[in-house]
Amino acid sequence: MEEVFRGMWVVAYRELLRFVQERSRIFSSFAMPLLFLVIFGAGFNRIIGAMTPGVDYIQFMYPGIIAMTVLMSSVMSGLSIVWDREFGFLKEILVAPLGRSGIVLGKAAGSATVAVIQGIVMLVLAPFLGVSLSPLMVIELIPMLIIISLSLSGLGVLIASRMRSQQGFQIIVQIIIMPMMFLSGVFFPVNNVPTWMEVISKINPLTYSVDAIRQLFLGKEIAGMGGTMGQAGNAIGVTVFGHTMTILQDVLVVVILGVVLLSIATWSFSKQE
Amino acid sequence: MNTIEVEELSRNFGQLVAVDRVSFQVAEGEIFGFLGPNGAGKTTTINMLCTLLALSGGRAIVNGYDVVRQRSEVRHSIGLVFQEPALDEYLTAEQNLRFHAYAYNIPKELREKRIGKLLELVELSDRRKSKVRTFSGGMKRRLEIARGLLHNPRVLFLDEPTLGLDPQTRRLIWDYILALRKENNLTIFLTTHYMDEAENSDRISIIDHGRIIALDTPDKLKDALGGDVITLKAVDNNAAALELKERYPELSSGPSPVVQNGVITFSVPQGEKFLPKLMDSFQSHLLSIGIRRPTLDDVFLNLTGRAIRDEEAGFKEQMKGMVMRRGHGR
Repeated sequence: MEEVFRGMWVVAYRELLRFVQERSRIFSSFAMPLLFLVIFGAGFNRIIGAMTPGVDYIQFMYPGIIAMTVLMSSVMSGLSIVWDREFGFLKEILVAPLGRSGIVLGKAAGSATVAVIQGIVMLVLAPFLGVSLSPLMVIELIPMLIIISLSLSGLGVLIASRMRSQQGFQIIVQIIIMPMMFLSGVFFPVNNVPTWMEVISKINPLTYSVDAIRQLFLGKEIAGMGGTMGQAGNAIGVTVFGHTMTILQDVLVVVILGVVLLSIATWSFSKQE
Repeated sequence: MNTIEVEELSRNFGQLVAVDRVSFQVAEGEIFGFLGPNGAGKTTTINMLCTLLALSGGRAIVNGYDVVRQRSEVRHSIGLVFQEPALDEYLTAEQNLRFHAYAYNIPKELREKRIGKLLELVELSDRRKSKVRTFSGGMKRRLEIARGLLHNPRVLFLDEPTLGLDPQTRRLIWDYILALRKENNLTIFLTTHYMDEAENSDRISIIDHGRIIALDTPDKLKDALGGDVITLKAVDNNAAALELKERYPELSSGPSPVVQNGVITFSVPQGEKFLPKLMDSFQSHLLSIGIRRPTLDDVFLNLTGRAIRDEEAGFKEQMKGMVMRRGHGR
């Protein structure tokens, strides 16, 4: 047990050390979400604005962009495993007396810390976008971001556990992450879409993360509008089998998913060749 | 007590048998060399002994711990220097060592003292705050050796410790290794395909195609060849080799003449007495004659019929050699 904890903390420690020293990584993880926010926001504001009654499109998209930032840096934690494998440092970690589950949890914890920091930095934008922000909201947001990023790093580590090259990892990430992003309700509500798309959206873990953050920002009254209003076309919230998800339920889905992903990742990672 | 005990150790990768029922013991304080061409199974063996790779068969005990059932104990008690550098290049030398100290749970009061001492030993004290990516290949290897020793392991595994380093740096690294052994009675298990490097070992195990084909001290391995090595170059090497075998049947008792790389190689008990006899009566037209003490390369050549360095030479080079030899003959 002691080896699991030690594994967790040394791996997380190094992850943070690397993060602090690689300034470029800090900025690059903001680039894409910011780009989406600016370009999609400006381009779609008037067109899609009508779909989100009472809410400006940018205000609608902003919580999703925070979730997206967290997703990016969480999944990219997997890349650092592949990187370590390619550059040999993973051997140094694997031959040390450290618990395998600790190594996986340490990667997840390290990248979760980074992801939370980045998510919080995104809050700086809130005043410019007309999104109201209270200290209480920030306090509620932090544990939410921790849970989301831990869960999503499980996905990153799982992908990385069997990958040998960075290129291979990047390809898988493109194949998985891009659809995950677009079908998560970041850019448009996932209720008024073709059935196949709705099904994919509802099994997409990011959908619930986005919904939880959005409800926190826009207030339960607006974001929680779902099937209960009787007009699904205008709903922003996520409805599953006619039930509109609450924040707590959203978070629960993310927690369960995280436990499953991290368990499989640990198993896959510790299987000796 | 033996530090390493290996019995019938095997490892398959699908159809390929990388390590085939290998058995050996390494005594405490011994430098044990694993010598063989690339792909012979050296790294696979090391990876199994270090708990990085599962066994397909057999048993291995390191420092009294089973590498399958007591992985954690094995990991605590061994130091490892990998064939490929395994440093975090974006961290400083000091940070790399500190990470290792945390990972091996070295007590705080010992940590900085040992880091300082080892950096001094490998002469990197002045670069302790530099990022590893600014280091040369030799400096990285030295830092890895320091790191491998940080947690006071009882056995140090060195996988091709001087691969890709210049001769001067190789000499330097060996000075460290030999000094360490003297100071701490450290057991060293090393793999190499450099003959001269293997000479530093107390005992050498020659491995080829996953099997140990010889195991003894370097001197005994060379003595087994029987005396001196003679190399001949003739206009027609094959005819000359045939004539040798016919004229001196006693040669077939030792290593018989082998035509390799354009020369005929064989050994005789007393070379200086054999040569005059040869020159008196030999019929084939000879171009050159050489006589020398046997090397480990000769040992390998005798055991396998080919030289270790052949494995290194690319196909192109071999083709070139063939063409040149042919041109020479005409």
